[in-house]
Formats: sequence, C-alpha cells, structure tokens
Amino acid sequence: MNAIVTDQITKSFNGFIAVNKINISVKEGELFGLLGPNGAGKTTLINMLSTMIHPTSGTGTVNGFDVVHDSASVRAAIGVVFQGSTLDEQLTGWENLDLHGRLYGLPASLRKKRMDEVLDLVELSHKSKLLVKTYSGGMIRRLEIARGLMHHPKVLFLDEPTLGLDPQTRLHIWEYIRRLNQEEGITIVLTTHYMEEADHLCDRIAIIDNGQVVALDTPEKLKSVFGGDVIILTLDTSEDAKKLSRVYKEAGYASISTEDQTVYLSVKKSEEVVPKVFSTAFTSGINIQSMTVRKSTLDDIFIHYTGRGIRDNLVDDITYMKYKLQTKRR
Amino acid sequence: MDAMLSFQTVYTMWLREMLRFKRAKSRIVGSLATPLFFLIILGTAMGSSYNIENYKEFMAPGIIAMVLLFSSIFGGISVMWDREFGFLKEILIAPVNRFCIALGKAFGGVTTAMIQGILLMIITNGFGVHYKSLPGMLLSIPIMFIIGIGFISLGIALATKIESHEGFQMVMSFLTMPLVLLSGAFFPLSKLPDWLKIAVHLNPLTYGVEALRFTLIGESEIPIVVCLVVLTSFAITTTAIGGWLFGRMEV
Repeated sequence: MNAIVTDQITKSFNGFIAVNKINISVKEGELFGLLGPNGAGKTTLINMLSTMIHPTSGTGTVNGFDVVHDSASVRAAIGVVFQGSTLDEQLTGWENLDLHGRLYGLPASLRKKRMDEVLDLVELSHKSKLLVKTYSGGMIRRLEIARGLMHHPKVLFLDEPTLGLDPQTRLHIWEYIRRLNQEEGITIVLTTHYMEEADHLCDRIAIIDNGQVVALDTPEKLKSVFGGDVIILTLDTSEDAKKLSRVYKEAGYASISTEDQTVYLSVKKSEEVVPKVFSTAFTSGINIQSMTVRKSTLDDIFIHYTGRGIRDNLVDDITYMKYKLQTKRR
Repeated sequence: MDAMLSFQTVYTMWLREMLRFKRAKSRIVGSLATPLFFLIILGTAMGSSYNIENYKEFMAPGIIAMVLLFSSIFGGISVMWDREFGFLKEILIAPVNRFCIALGKAFGGVTTAMIQGILLMIITNGFGVHYKSLPGMLLSIPIMFIIGIGFISLGIALATKIESHEGFQMVMSFLTMPLVLLSGAFFPLSKLPDWLKIAVHLNPLTYGVEALRFTLIGESEIPIVVCLVVLTSFAITTTAIGGWLFGRMEV
C-alpha cells in the first residue's frame, strides 16, 4: 500500500505556481526525500500533504485519506516538523511536550513515558524545565523533532530536519530517523538541502525544481545514470565555458553543465574521455586552466537537473534560519 | 468519547493560557495600575468639579468593564502572535476540533480577564467605593465571564483577519477606545443627545457596564434582564463567528 499518493497536485499563490501538477507515490515504510533549491515548492508540497493549505487543483491522499475532504483523519496519522520554530517560547520544553501529548490524546502515563523517551533521544532531559526562549537554535530544533515524534505518527514529515545543527547532533538525528523508519515502520518524508543527508538516509529521492519533479529514483540509480565520473574543467572566462559546452554538446556528450568559468562533464569512464576532451578544447582554441576528475555525487545530478548548485542556497538558508530565530528573541 | 476529546482539547488550550499567565503574573497585576489611576484621579476630579455625588462609585463598575474589555480583546488578538511565532501551526496541525481550540483559548483568556476584574473589584472597594453587598459582588463574577467571552471571541475573529502589527494598532485605536468611551462607563445615559444615545445603545459594552452597575451599586438605567439578554446574545454570536473563522484559518 502507498502511504502517500498525489495526483496532479497543484498550488498557486496569486498566479505564481508553487507546485505544478506533481504526481508522486510514497510506499508505506519508505524514507522519501524531497530535494530542491529554495522556492522549488518542497515546503508548499508538504504543507498541502499535511492539510495546512488546500491544493488549488489535483488531489492527494495520506495514509489512504484525502487531504482536503478527510483532513482530520490525515492529521491524526501524521507528525510534522516545520521549518521554522512552532514552539511556545514562553513555556518550558517540558510544558511544550506535555501540551502536545494532550492535544494528541495521549493518556497521562503514556505521555510521561514518551516525553522521557524523546527528551532523552535529543539529549534535552536536563534542560526540559527551562523556558524555550533561553534555548539555542539547535536546542529548539531538537525539541521540535522530539515533539513531532511523541505521538508515534504513521507518516512523519520533516522539513529541513537538521538545518543549522552541529554535525554530532545531526548524526544522532539521522540515526534516530532511520531507527524510527526501520523498527517502527514509520513512513518518513523529508526535505533537505544536504546531499549527504538525502544520499545517506533516503530510499528514494525526488528532485524538485520550479514546482515540478525533474527526477525521481533511488540515490544509487540517480548517480548511475551518468556513469561514474565527473570531469571538471576550469577555463579563463565564463564565455569560454559556454562556448566549450556548446562544442561538447555537438561532439555528443550528453551531460554537460556550466557554472561561471567551470564546465562539468558527467561521463562513464573518464580515462577514455579525457584525451578527447583536451583535443576538442584545443581545436576550438579554448585554454584549459585546470582539470579535476572525481567520482560523481548526488550534487552533480542535482546541478544537472536544476542548473544550480545546492550549496548556493545553503548559506542563504542558514542566515535566514538564524534571522528567524533571532527575531523570535524579542 | 468525542465529548471527552473535545473537553481535553478545550482544557489543554486553557492550561496553556494558565501556564503563560503564571509567568506573567506581575505584569498582569501591574496592569491594574492604569484603571486605578483613572478611578482615583478622574473619579475624584470629575466628582468634585461637577458636583456629582458618589461619582467614583458610579464610575467603578465602568472601570472594571473597561479592564475586562482590554484584557479580553487583547487575549483574543494574541492568536495573532501565535501565528507570528509559529505556535499556531502546532495547534492547527493537531487532529482536534478547531472550534474547541478557539473555545479553550477563549476560556483561558477570559479566566485571566476575570482574575483582573475580580482583583480590581476587591481593590476599588477599599478606595472610597462601597459596593452594595457581597452577594452582588459574587453575582458580578458570572457577568464578567459573559462580557469577557463576547469580547475575546471578537478578538479571535479579528486576529484571523489581521496580518500585521499595524492592524493591531488600528484595532486598539478604532475599536477598543471608542467602545470604552461610548459605553457609559464615565457618564450617565439619560441626558445624552440623540446621536450619542443611539451609538451608546448599539455598543455591547454599555450593557456590560450597566449589568455590573446593577449588581455592584444596585442601580442601572437599562433593566438587568435586557443587559443579560444582549450580553449573552453578543457572546454567542461572536463565539460562533470567531470559532468559524478560526476553523478556516490557513497558515
């Protein structure tokens, strides 16, 4: 059975199409990743699936329930960790969890047990009696995740779960996400900017750009599409880069992308291609400053599909996140 | 089972307001200073200037109603801060009836407002104001509840429509202040010119002031039954509208 199915699901805001006829199905028990640059529509998609906003057209079901007509059943079956903080900062961490447990109808004894468990998991037990407004950004994030797990949802949505966290905490969260997924069979949908996060955790990944799914497969398959290697050429100018990529395209290379004065070529076996790459550039009169060959990563696939590096957005997002957290401190 | 869940939701939201109240205790008690200044300074000055006998006694129920109004509308509008700080998402995503959430929020806010109203009633009793009887004072408490529910639900309804801090300022200047000034909290209703009389009688707070005057000092220009009917109808209407608008909110 599928935990999530969408059929041509679409959302537009005043004419701007944020999500454009997306069809995805997520299998029960799957760990599904949504990858995409800023404004690609990932959060909008999650907001629709979690019944927070209504689709403009198309439909979606979560755990077998329609997100519009049976939103109450959907909400009972899901847990959501939103991108920004949704904690009450005037209350303590413990009180926030307690209220959550009550809203989800957990009886007192179970509530207490789950609170201890999740606090322990995110290592906040010793801070649980402090007001949330005294927490650091990372602590807020951890508490938020702990709260989303409290009621044992069937489907868990995580919108950038580890954004801005230190590597150690991130590893902890990864470990727990996988454990939840494997041991408890919770279906998990996460959006992320971290390639290694998607690669490491997800069974399948959908790359989303401009509100559409541009690629969807397992991380291994996505990586194998263009073979194993990436050749990175640095040229004198970006004009040269554009010119050379045209030349390569005519010469029959399928996967080429450029970024400033750099050209990326994804190839099956670099050792066979490198000589040709050089001679082609030479005959076109373009000077190659430097060349690197490495195994292809998910980043390359991402750049290929969206024409942008995901890192470009990452800095912005962390700044944005910090800004958001700071403005809450007033 | 459903009734149990609904009750649990209302209680949870009420509990949250109480937890917040517990931390803001000093601020809330401090907020009683302004109405006391009104009563002591304005009450004494007006009383002596216009030779009105017992003007302070006349004014005290009005001041209590004013505090209830401020506290209630503010409590309702706090839904706006919940949206701003994200907590509203946590509530709206929960698998519970949203009307119950709005109701719990309203009960929480009204509890805070009533605590302020009751404190003010007790304090003013020691500032040269003599309320008629203890039963009268006790009867004032359910009236405070009805007044509070009406205005807090109005606040919730407004909060679902207001997007910004500017909007909040607009509500405070163009709704709250006129409601207080047009309520007969500071002047008798009988000698007003017609246009003002109509405005005052269209104001639900007038009936709150008059009802409190009846229970606290034993005299009112509008019959208590009329007051109670208007106040109750107002509370039911705004609760229905506030709950409905809250249920349709998207974040």
